[in-house]
Amino acid sequence: MIEIAGVSLALGGSRILDNVSLTVAKGGVTALVGPNGAGKSSLLSLIARLRPLQSGRITVDGLPVDTTPSRQLARIMAILRQDSGVASRLRVAELVGFGRFPHNRGRLTAKDREIVAASLEQFDLSDLALRFIDTLSGGQRQRALVAMTFCQGTDYILLDEPLNSLDMFHARNLMRTLRRIADEHGKTVLIVLHDINHAASYADRIVAMKGGAVIASGETGDIIRPDILESIFGFSMRVENIAGRLTVLHHA
Amino acid sequence: MTAGSLGSQGFAYQVIGAATLLALFLASLFVGVGELAIGSLASDPEALRLIMISRLPRTLAALLAGSALAIAGLVMQTLARNRFVEPSTAGTAQSAALGILVVTLVWPDASLGWKAAGAVVTALAGTSVFLMLAHRLPPTQPFLVPLFGLVYGGVIGAVATFAAWQLDLLQYLEVWMTGEFSGILRGRYELLWVAGALVVLAWWTADRLTMLSLGRDVSIGLGLNYAGMLRLGLVIVSAITALAVVVVGTIPFVGLVAPNIVSRFAGENLRHTLPWVAGGGAALVLACDILGRLIRFPYEVPVGTILGVVGAVLFLVLLLGRNSND
Repeated sequence: MIEIAGVSLALGGSRILDNVSLTVAKGGVTALVGPNGAGKSSLLSLIARLRPLQSGRITVDGLPVDTTPSRQLARIMAILRQDSGVASRLRVAELVGFGRFPHNRGRLTAKDREIVAASLEQFDLSDLALRFIDTLSGGQRQRALVAMTFCQGTDYILLDEPLNSLDMFHARNLMRTLRRIADEHGKTVLIVLHDINHAASYADRIVAMKGGAVIASGETGDIIRPDILESIFGFSMRVENIAGRLTVLHHA
Repeated sequence: MTAGSLGSQGFAYQVIGAATLLALFLASLFVGVGELAIGSLASDPEALRLIMISRLPRTLAALLAGSALAIAGLVMQTLARNRFVEPSTAGTAQSAALGILVVTLVWPDASLGWKAAGAVVTALAGTSVFLMLAHRLPPTQPFLVPLFGLVYGGVIGAVATFAAWQLDLLQYLEVWMTGEFSGILRGRYELLWVAGALVVLAWWTADRLTMLSLGRDVSIGLGLNYAGMLRLGLVIVSAITALAVVVVGTIPFVGLVAPNIVSRFAGENLRHTLPWVAGGGAALVLACDILGRLIRFPYEVPVGTILGVVGAVLFLVLLLGRNSND
């Protein structure tokens, strides 16, 4: 369980987060949605202790993120930011292998190698394993970073717009993989998504943010409704049930 | 895992690399003004003395300084997240020279060790300021950081030169600004073993240094003590550079050329590439020193001058060859 209580954040005089309180239950996929500048990425950074907490309290599995040793947190929670700007000349397999660092401090065991190989396979990277990441396309590099995040093997996985620059095949593959690890291994996934239909199809719960505050949160079916979506994004859209899936027709 | 996949090919490269270093080592022992034949070592005690007092220390100094400066360059590139910076062009070496100047001023009889200590302190300060400012430059402009480094290093160098000129110490400054091995004798180079120890320390922390190059967010996400690792890297860069400046003077381009050549072929997973960078730097400096002894025989050209030419050419080749490969 991720518990956020009374968290505010101000950067350079402007208020980014305003007294946010939120509980993300253990297990399942929770989508974080909302317009640009809503504070989604900032909230994710605070949970993942990438930014110092200014006020309030955040715990993951009962561990306060501001006082728990970083190494210990790295074994239960993995984060992938949207613009990590990795420019190092590593081979894909080496990069993905670093995901095991919190567990082995750099010495890959036979089990680690198995996990790395499985992760490469999972994200369609086996053929690219020996390529340098600076020779990959944006989408391939993104997949390598996702694979590294998975390799960390944590109970909690935080992803900030991981579908960026992924093609349809790999975006679907990633969302299905998230669904599977949540269902089969009880992982907790907190994911920032911009495509509302990805959230509608794959998430168990949706948290909507706007202007630095949580304005709606609940089961997917309760959030994917025309009135609530309009209050989040500021324009009206139709919601249809197509072949048993809620679908938002936002181009209409 | 790449070492494993390269297999026997990797081993062949290791043998070739080690053989090259050994050949340069032997050549360095027997090249010089003093007559020295390999056969005379056993019979002639003078020959043995020449080796032990002059040639061997000089050769070891070149190997230690070369490998350490290459590693200092590598670590600095990791800290700045930019492949085109190195201590001798971005203010570290100039700050170290300024530090020695200050120590010489306030305490003219200071031993080499105290001068080194002063140089380490100012090198640390100068490098910290450089990195702080460099991190503010837009990452979309990779050439801005080295350009800024050149200007920054130039300003500090100018301050040192002006101070030395005012105090009539220009000749001393010249000694620290130009790398040279001709003055190296037994008892005059041993501080460089500390630089050698720092290379081992860098190797020991290779995985964590590699993670630094993945950026702050990824490092912290993987549980690395990011700030602590940055500080350690800073100490490695500053201490190696300061020690080299104190003992042999400034040797340019090693820290740029060796890491970039290795990165081109083997990438930047430092656990695998760090020994290659160290060995490459050692070989480059020793080869340039031997060249400097031969080019105007029996006179010597300082290794700093030779490397200024050789290094610049190698670096241009690297820069121009870049686009065709990537």
